[in-house]
Amino acid sequence: MVQATARDTTQEQAAATAPDATAGALVTAEEVVVGYARPVLGPLTFRVAPGDVVGVWGPNGAGKSTLLKALAGTARVLSGRLNVSREGRIAYQSQQPVRLPEMPLTGRELLAYLGADASTAPQRLQGWLDQRMDRLSGGQFQLLTIWACLGGSADLVLLDEPSNNLDPEGVEALADILAARRGREAVLVVSHEAPFLERVATRRLEVGP
Amino acid sequence: MNPLDAFTDPLFRLPLGTGLLAAAVLPLLGTLLRLREEWLAALGLAHISAAGALAGMGLGVPAIAGGPLAAGVAAAFKTLSAVRGNTVYALMILLGWSATLILAANTPLGKSLAHAMVDGQLYFAGWVELIGLLAFAAVTLPALPWLMRRLIRARFFPEYERANRLPAWRWHLSFDLLVAGGMALGTATLGLMGAFALVFLPAWASFAVAPGWRAVLGVALALGVGGYGLAFTAAMMGDQPFGPVLVGVLLVVTAAVRAGAGLRPGGGLTRQGPGS
Repeated sequence: MVQATARDTTQEQAAATAPDATAGALVTAEEVVVGYARPVLGPLTFRVAPGDVVGVWGPNGAGKSTLLKALAGTARVLSGRLNVSREGRIAYQSQQPVRLPEMPLTGRELLAYLGADASTAPQRLQGWLDQRMDRLSGGQFQLLTIWACLGGSADLVLLDEPSNNLDPEGVEALADILAARRGREAVLVVSHEAPFLERVATRRLEVGP
Repeated sequence: MNPLDAFTDPLFRLPLGTGLLAAAVLPLLGTLLRLREEWLAALGLAHISAAGALAGMGLGVPAIAGGPLAAGVAAAFKTLSAVRGNTVYALMILLGWSATLILAANTPLGKSLAHAMVDGQLYFAGWVELIGLLAFAAVTLPALPWLMRRLIRARFFPEYERANRLPAWRWHLSFDLLVAGGMALGTATLGLMGAFALVFLPAWASFAVAPGWRAVLGVALALGVGGYGLAFTAAMMGDQPFGPVLVGVLLVVTAAVRAGAGLRPGGGLTRQGPGS
């Protein structure tokens, strides 16, 4: 077990810039402890409001991914309260997106099946959308699946280590994509790279031993 | 025999049309089975349906009903127990094979029916099989676009359904039941291996060459129907058992298509490394 604590480093600032953040919150966590058979992370207290881009930061093994899994319903809430609004949709990109040996779908087809808008996809993605997904590089595939989550109708988007597989140009592109989404759906971004989260997040939730 | 005679002979029109329906629908199901990496389940369901057809005969139930019933029960068990993977499908194959041969040895007409199930008995397909496959196609083809959207989403974003508390069992069970029905009707019409070949081989080839999902469906459909037509002609002209000829033709055609994809510049399924 990682005995973890949480610190919402910019909560006061967020409250000042988003006065309605507590009303109509998409996620409300109160002293929540998450894990599987045993606790992994917590207790945590935080809120996520529409339009927030919350960076969940912590060292490897701190339980950041478990927090997202608890929000997605695949890890357990062991104590405390974790309330996720069920009025809208949740999109979730796991740390290791499903990548099959043969994927004979184009990026455009995947987006269509997921209800994500291909026409508003970032310019960087447009050139790859008509290629089969198994012909894309790891970074291209990563950005495509991120857009599949962001470009749909989800109100809450959970991204687990989205900068994995990305070279510096890819990280730049991801940062631009996330920056362009500020003020729209709520996004929780897990990363162990603090500089990346500094760039993309409007608030930061630190977890760690 | 003139090749055209194979298609125009009134005696064989009914089997020809019945098999054609199976040859059109089974490859489409095969594409989704391949995407789900569950193609071996089709062989398991085919064996279970053959055993169910024979068991039904022993109880006075027509083979066309006994096969789908047994396969449907196996498919429902697969979905509702959330049991997945090659081990379970292999167990289904072994159970079906064992039960088929034991039932064949102990039921009237069982031996000849089991032989027909394994070899393929297309020439004896009649109105019952045709109506069964027509009903199956009438349900499957309109349902596929609805199912495809959900099954593809579940394949690439498996957590989505749980995160949004969706009743995912509905579409997973629906698809498994369609596969069970298709394999049972296909086995009753084309034989066990003929039905499996139509599920497995066209999808195997189309995944290698198609530039996108729509093309995957089109190529699989064309290979299934084209291979079936070739096999029907060859079996009629050579007076050969249909099932083995169908499997042989599909093997040659689809292997050639895959080999051709590998030889094309930029063909094959090479994956680039990390980086964007």
